[in-house]
Amino acid sequence: MTTTLYTSDHEWLAIDGDVATVGITDYAQSQLGDVVFVELPKVGRALKKAEAAAVVESVKAASDVYAPISGEVLEVNEAVVAEPALVNSDAGGKAWFFKIKITDKSELGGLMDEAAYKAHTA
Amino acid sequence: MLARDDQDSLKRTPLHGLHVSLGGKMVPFAGYDMPVQYPAGVLKEHLHTRSSAGLFDVSHMGQIALRPKSGKVEDAARALERLVPQDIVAVAPGRQRYAQFTNADGGILDDLMVANFGDHLFLVVNAACKTADEAHLRAHLSDDCIIDSLAERALIALQGPKAEAALAKLCAESPGMKFMDAGPHKVDGIACFVSRSGYTGEDGFEISVPAADAERLAKTLLDNPDVLPIGLGARDSLRLEAGLCLYGHDIDTATTPVEAALEWSVQKSRRTGGARAGGFPGAKQILAHFDQGASRRRVGLRPEGRAPVREGALLFADATGGQPIGKVTSGGFGPSLNAPVAMGYVPTALSALDTKLFAEVRGQLLPLTVAAMPFVKNTYKR
Repeated sequence: MTTTLYTSDHEWLAIDGDVATVGITDYAQSQLGDVVFVELPKVGRALKKAEAAAVVESVKAASDVYAPISGEVLEVNEAVVAEPALVNSDAGGKAWFFKIKITDKSELGGLMDEAAYKAHTA
Repeated sequence: MLARDDQDSLKRTPLHGLHVSLGGKMVPFAGYDMPVQYPAGVLKEHLHTRSSAGLFDVSHMGQIALRPKSGKVEDAARALERLVPQDIVAVAPGRQRYAQFTNADGGILDDLMVANFGDHLFLVVNAACKTADEAHLRAHLSDDCIIDSLAERALIALQGPKAEAALAKLCAESPGMKFMDAGPHKVDGIACFVSRSGYTGEDGFEISVPAADAERLAKTLLDNPDVLPIGLGARDSLRLEAGLCLYGHDIDTATTPVEAALEWSVQKSRRTGGARAGGFPGAKQILAHFDQGASRRRVGLRPEGRAPVREGALLFADATGGQPIGKVTSGGFGPSLNAPVAMGYVPTALSALDTKLFAEVRGQLLPLTVAAMPFVKNTYKR
């Protein structure tokens, strides 16, 4: 079963066993505006929690996407690199950024569930 | 609490209420609470301006009348020539010209538009510089001119291929105007100053309107389905594609008009050997740059990849890095080109078209090419 958690920096993580799929939230894309460029980490890169892992750019500005937890990058979504506008149309679905093998599940403790994230962005 | 105070201290243009009612996302800009975008978003607003018509509130900019004490507009023109390297005397009644206020080192204090309205000159200056510009004018021109700050006027830009038809319905004379024509005209019965100019590379108009009538005029223009409101975000991407300088970024007190590749804006009469050569602040330095060349130059830059190269990115001559040779002063994504675009300063020896350079972005050196500006062909009605 998949559990979805959220960070205060507006990333989402869908957790399935020890693998997390990471993207940015619909709230984040609405704040960024039209996304024109996405840069993803290399497969195999070991990410530390809170380190800049990806970049998402609108016409106006570049924003970092932080690793919500530590782990190794297993897979990246080339579709979102080829079509950055996917981030605006389907941030929580087709526009996932990367999959990461979770190093330490205790790091999930500080993340928010959907209700808490909704309150955070209210 | 501080943030709240800051918010409250922001000035509002006469169209502030309209922006909020249209769903504008308001941000601080040059001391004003301004719309950076509307619900359509920067990309659609940009493309709509290029394909149809966009309405921009640029009321934060400074509007100043220079009224000659002698009653002769040529005296105001001669006086203003003491502060700018442009030929202002040659600006005929009903015409407008791009100019720069220069400092004693040849740097640029601000860039501006100067129109001849027959009995006085009409100036439009940048919002962030307007207080300093007015003080500068008062300090140097008060003997010859009354410097009249037109604070009770709004400024609306209407830009794009359908701007002419949209304005023609409200101002019968406007279709007969050519690029850089300017003068007083009635628009929808309101006494306005209309110029055929703008900051997008498109054909279009700037309309100075009394503050009290600004919202009514803006709403009338927006009633036309071809016209959408456009925020500062798209204004910036449009001017960048048009290769136009943004003061404080692409030009400032440390850049001369020659370094900034604005030689075209300095008429021969003010250069060495001209009828009124020199006689403006920094003439020695600026004319030396004309006569001997400058060591660096503003150029257009086209990144090879998809990654935008933004303001502040360091430029390098080769892929191995070493010492930076220059810096990007404006950069972003060009929606009409569907590609990143930038401009910046490089050594003159590396300023030729098609020169390969590299820009540092997040620790990587990305290839880019010196490219001609404007990046998007302008469509002025000459």
